[in-house]
Amino acid sequence: MITDFKPGRHNDNEVAPELAGLNLEDKADGPGAAAMIAAGVGVFMMGLLTVLSEMSEGIGSFLSDFGGNIGVGSLAGKSTISVIVFLGLWAILHFAWKQKDVDLKKAFYIGLGLGVVGMLFMFPPFFTLFKG
Amino acid sequence: MELSSRETWTVIHGLVFGTLFLLAFAGGLAGLWSLRPGLLTTEGIKERMGRLYVGVWVMAVAAWGAVITGTWIVYPWYRVKLSPVGEDAYAGCAGAIVPNASCSPRDFLKSNVSGQTELWHNLGMEWKEHVSWAAPILATAAAFLVVYYGPRLIARPWLRAAVITMFVAAFAAAVVGGAFGAFLNKIAPVL
Repeated sequence: MITDFKPGRHNDNEVAPELAGLNLEDKADGPGAAAMIAAGVGVFMMGLLTVLSEMSEGIGSFLSDFGGNIGVGSLAGKSTISVIVFLGLWAILHFAWKQKDVDLKKAFYIGLGLGVVGMLFMFPPFFTLFKG
Repeated sequence: MELSSRETWTVIHGLVFGTLFLLAFAGGLAGLWSLRPGLLTTEGIKERMGRLYVGVWVMAVAAWGAVITGTWIVYPWYRVKLSPVGEDAYAGCAGAIVPNASCSPRDFLKSNVSGQTELWHNLGMEWKEHVSWAAPILATAAAFLVVYYGPRLIARPWLRAAVITMFVAAFAAAVVGGAFGAFLNKIAPVL
């Protein structure tokens, strides 16, 4: 799935001759894959924390602490942790894969799968099934 | 007509950021859709891409603005506990026809004092507050992909379709948030 970046792997100018005039350099697919996977993980994390918060009052209380005394409730922790995980993982993968070619289709389907599960976890009739 | 501070923030959250998001989405989707081989000249691509970059980033920034103001400014006003009395969590809502100084919008909806309103909170607000956070995450990743690959998307239809999928998923998440937000603000406004 992950290989060293070899310029010229894509034949963009053959598929779309109008691009030839732009003199575009080939780019590694690693950073693109990093964005796809990180987005999926971010959405999944939001869903997972929603279910966990429903299952356990202790986790809900821990997540609420992220909001101090503003009164946001557990949404404070769910959103804060999800965004940190999304941006953190994205940064790590981006730099790790900056000069790598990563299978974009696999990366997209991993991100899509995680995103769909995350969306399901955020649907109230589903996550309330786990009410502790 | 004068807007209170809370109403002003509600307008910024939903109307300002929401409208910007919708406008940027429509422009961005049209731009992405037309990135196909043979449709644009080299000069046309240069002109089109600049506008597309601005559009996708405006959409991402608007989505962040909407969820941050919604979660950290408007939402605490929605869910505040005002007047519980003993076991009766909704004592302050007795006789209310809209939320008031002793009955927050959340308590108003859950108390069912003005019809069967509980579902608006249990389904509408609970779904909206969570799923809306998917919008900025997906919109930001999609914006990055558009800028990173740029005109190369013209030659890679599969990748373009993947980006459009993320773009539309961000929009769908925002639609749930925006639509329920509009209904909730009609039934139980943050005053």
